[in-house]
Amino acid sequence: MEVGAVSVTAAPPPSVMERGGAARRADPLFKALLTGLAALVLVLIAFFLVFLFTKARIAFAHQGFLSFIFTNDWNPSKEIYGSWPLVAGTLITSAVALVIGVPVAVASALFITELCPRALRQPLTILVELLAAVPSVVYGLWGFYVLAPNLKGAEQVIDDKLGFLPFFGGGPIAGPNYFIAGLVLAIMILPIVSAISREVIATVPADHKEAALALGATRWEMIRTAVLPYSRAGITGGAMLGLGRAIGETIAVAIVIGQSPAIGHSLFSQGSTLAAQIVAEFGEAGSDDLHSGALIACGLVLFILTLAINGAARYLVIRAERAGRSGTRAARAPRPAGGTA
Amino acid sequence: MSAALDALAPVAGRRRLTDRAMRALLWAGTLVALVPLVLVLWFLLQKGLGALSVDFFTTDPTGNFLGDPGGVRSAILGTLEIVALASAIGIPIGVGVALYLVEYGGQRWFAQAVRYFVDVMTGVPSIVFGLFVYIVLVVSGIGGSFAGWKGSVALALLMLPVVTRSAEVVLALVPDHLREAALALGAPRWKVILRIVLPTALPGLVTASLLAVARAMGETAPLLFTSAIVMGRSWDLGGRMNSLPVQIYNDVSSPNDQIVARAWGAALTLVALILLITLVARFIARRSRLA
Repeated sequence: MEVGAVSVTAAPPPSVMERGGAARRADPLFKALLTGLAALVLVLIAFFLVFLFTKARIAFAHQGFLSFIFTNDWNPSKEIYGSWPLVAGTLITSAVALVIGVPVAVASALFITELCPRALRQPLTILVELLAAVPSVVYGLWGFYVLAPNLKGAEQVIDDKLGFLPFFGGGPIAGPNYFIAGLVLAIMILPIVSAISREVIATVPADHKEAALALGATRWEMIRTAVLPYSRAGITGGAMLGLGRAIGETIAVAIVIGQSPAIGHSLFSQGSTLAAQIVAEFGEAGSDDLHSGALIACGLVLFILTLAINGAARYLVIRAERAGRSGTRAARAPRPAGGTA
Repeated sequence: MSAALDALAPVAGRRRLTDRAMRALLWAGTLVALVPLVLVLWFLLQKGLGALSVDFFTTDPTGNFLGDPGGVRSAILGTLEIVALASAIGIPIGVGVALYLVEYGGQRWFAQAVRYFVDVMTGVPSIVFGLFVYIVLVVSGIGGSFAGWKGSVALALLMLPVVTRSAEVVLALVPDHLREAALALGAPRWKVILRIVLPTALPGLVTASLLAVARAMGETAPLLFTSAIVMGRSWDLGGRMNSLPVQIYNDVSSPNDQIVARAWGAALTLVALILLITLVARFIARRSRLA
């Protein structure tokens, strides 16, 4: 316990302040290195835009920017590059994916977080996550050889029965088509939409749920009145992240959509998407500057679309999670006082 | 107990029915979500197992349309090489960015901007990364045209945001008192980070990296534009290189049944590889306290 006893054996090592400069000089260097790496991310994003734009400019100059997007004629052999068939295909398949995928994803998220027995929670979560481990090209292979042939009969029946509606009744249906592509996309966005929904639903304060149950609500009423309103913004954000995935998904769609760059007559006809067409024509574009410029322009449109959608989605999710956390804190604050009373 | 329950008015029939129906609906939704997983795995096993043989793993694709199509040895080798190099580039940078965000960035606007763009980058389609690398490295002809290492660069770009996002979560979990204790003992900041923070977070970082590797391994589009395809075996990352996803994509639409069978076998191999890595990652995550 005596202070003197410590210093008998050896003098204490000098503090970092007194030590030679090397150890201290390394600090700002290290910080500069890490900051540089972080700055690299911003530089990269800027680089993406600049490079894609310089290569795509020839196509925009040839066709005009708005005309490039809204002209319904994609015909490389005549040097006409109006990407509307591709943009429309991207929108159609993504819409199908959202309509099928989001309800299923949200239902599974609600079931896993609110209804299922605790022991099942972890295994079910892992199983849903496993869907994300299957690569895009494998979904494409499966969609092409299993989904498309087996669903053809059902598709034909639906197409004939709903022929009076727009987007239906296009006569004999194609094997690969918009619907199959949308269905495959629905499966592929399911894990991410479900994961984000679970995260957001988990931030709903227990007090709100307990209050609903204490007022006599059934489980479903509790979900409808306490859980869903609270997590709506976050779930919307999750769905938009799914949309971002669906829009950019390439290989699976390229395999099951038929890669024909014209808008099909119905939901069950062949078509193409921005990403799928890039893959389809990339090889033949080769050294043709205009053609490859047009494909890169497609990539740029895709990039800007996903950037905007993901940005908005992130904003919604982050805001929802923050609201969830602060809501929990605010609700819990008075608790200790209540507990002691 | 029962008296208290009796005192409560029973839930009206219509409400109870709605509750039942909606619960059943949510349950059904969950089942529907699992159907594709079962179907994909079932068909992979059914069609893929038949294609597997010793020759399948020990011969290269011949490229012959008729006759023996050959196996997928060069594709497996190529995938492993390309992904290994991509990890060597992407993981250190990804972890470095995460270190900046946790140790120095805090809530500064610059750190917030980086965080936001890393988030946004995770959503950028892989084909855009492929196009970018194609323009910057392939078209410009740096070191020849198509090459395995260029595919690695594209995959590294894809892995970077994934690694950063999960590494940031793990690093933020390292208790502050460890950092403070080390600093109080006179250690400089860089030493605290390298000797205290990183080792503490290591299992979590390994998990994050492995999950990113698993994701990169299945990507096709970036490789299609950057490392192209070649049949023969190659150790040379400087030349064109085969890989499993690109091999599958090439085989899919072939009218030759044997080649389609090879695609199923290659798909099964790829999924098995990815699942293996995912499982190892989860196992490490479970054993560590921080992840």
